[in-house]
Amino acid sequence: MRFLRKVLTIVQKDVAVELRTKEMLSSMFVFSLLVIVIFSFAFELRVEDVRKVAPGVLWVTFIFAGMLGLSRSFVLEKDRGCLEGLLLCPVDRSATYLGKMLGNVIFMTTVEAMILPIFSILFNVSLFQPILLLIVVLGTLGFAGVGTLFSAMAVHTRSREVMLPVLLFPIVLPAMIAAVKATGGILDGQPFSEIAHWLRLLVVFDVVFLAISFMTFDYVVEE
Amino acid sequence: MNGKNHRLSDYLTWATAIVIIVALYLVFVYAPTERTMGDMQRIFYFHVSSAWVGFFAFFVTLIVSIAYLSKGTRQWDIVALSSVEVGVTFMTMAIISGSLWAKVAWNVWWTWDPRLTTSTILWLIYVSYLMLRNAIDDEARRARFAAVHGIVGFVSVPITFMAIRWWRTIHPVILDSQGFSLATPMLITMLFCIGAFTLLYFTLLVHRVYLEQLADEVEQLKYRLGR
Repeated sequence: MRFLRKVLTIVQKDVAVELRTKEMLSSMFVFSLLVIVIFSFAFELRVEDVRKVAPGVLWVTFIFAGMLGLSRSFVLEKDRGCLEGLLLCPVDRSATYLGKMLGNVIFMTTVEAMILPIFSILFNVSLFQPILLLIVVLGTLGFAGVGTLFSAMAVHTRSREVMLPVLLFPIVLPAMIAAVKATGGILDGQPFSEIAHWLRLLVVFDVVFLAISFMTFDYVVEE
Repeated sequence: MNGKNHRLSDYLTWATAIVIIVALYLVFVYAPTERTMGDMQRIFYFHVSSAWVGFFAFFVTLIVSIAYLSKGTRQWDIVALSSVEVGVTFMTMAIISGSLWAKVAWNVWWTWDPRLTTSTILWLIYVSYLMLRNAIDDEARRARFAAVHGIVGFVSVPITFMAIRWWRTIHPVILDSQGFSLATPMLITMLFCIGAFTLLYFTLLVHRVYLEQLADEVEQLKYRLGR
């Protein structure tokens, strides 16, 4: 329980910092909005039925916004010297990892919750189905799980803005495939049995990569 | 240590040279001509061998990365870097030769077939590994981060393959992948080529490791001379 309390303290810190300026949330939201509008516009010009590309567009938007959120979370820490403070805390490194990851999940989910209604309006799809929300949560978990590890790495490199997408995209691809296929299945009205194995792949991805990130975070963050 | 490395790389180089010449003979003379594709099919032997080495090199990187994280000696880091460099070369060869062969066999330059897609993603992970190494100046940090990336990257390969295989089998697959019902002389040739290329991989690896060790020595000398 003490472990959980430490994790939640870190989450609380991140949320409190963000609530003061709302800088990251607003920039993530505006960026997602731009991406969705541009995609919606670009495909409208050419594609007959935009509903076919809707799942792909949704997840690309989430991933781009997620990249922003991920990179900013550690960049802010490093630039303000908070990273050393975080490392000096008498907490297990894994607690630090879980705390940062949950913080990232919270921010991504907040932005996703704001984007989903706009998306459903632009693409004229109904998005308020429970399984869809499950897919979004699982995808976000997987993305933030590996993303937190890589953003901790990227913050120490020279071209940090470019390094995070370069490292993260190839790794997170199976999760994206599963998420897009599952979302597409839901929107097409396929029975649950069809979508079930994509969900299973997402769960496997989440478990495997959360475990690996958990184990290797120590090496990434030590001085 | 340098003397020993020199001899090892010499032996390996000679052994590989002989084995590759035998492989060339097998591929161009011994193996029978394929019925439908003709002589163009012979690229298949080198293509499969290169792809195999590409994946094998990444596996070696995984093992060595884990070893680096537990032991922390520079030697493991050198082998990891060398393996990735050699691996990315063979992977590039595999993708290009595959594309050439695809044009002959399937009449397309590219398709998002499971193995092709996984190979491309592996290639991208390789390249991101090298970019990561280039972007960090501190040696210890570079080695640590690269080791973590090597581990995470390799673990993602089977998951990616699973995901893409499921994706492709739901939709009808128009293009068939090469079956393993090969005529015996072809099978012998292919297995020999895979072995030859693996030997080539180890030779290149040893040369590259030796090169990196020399570079380290030069850095130390520079430091001692006060530059």
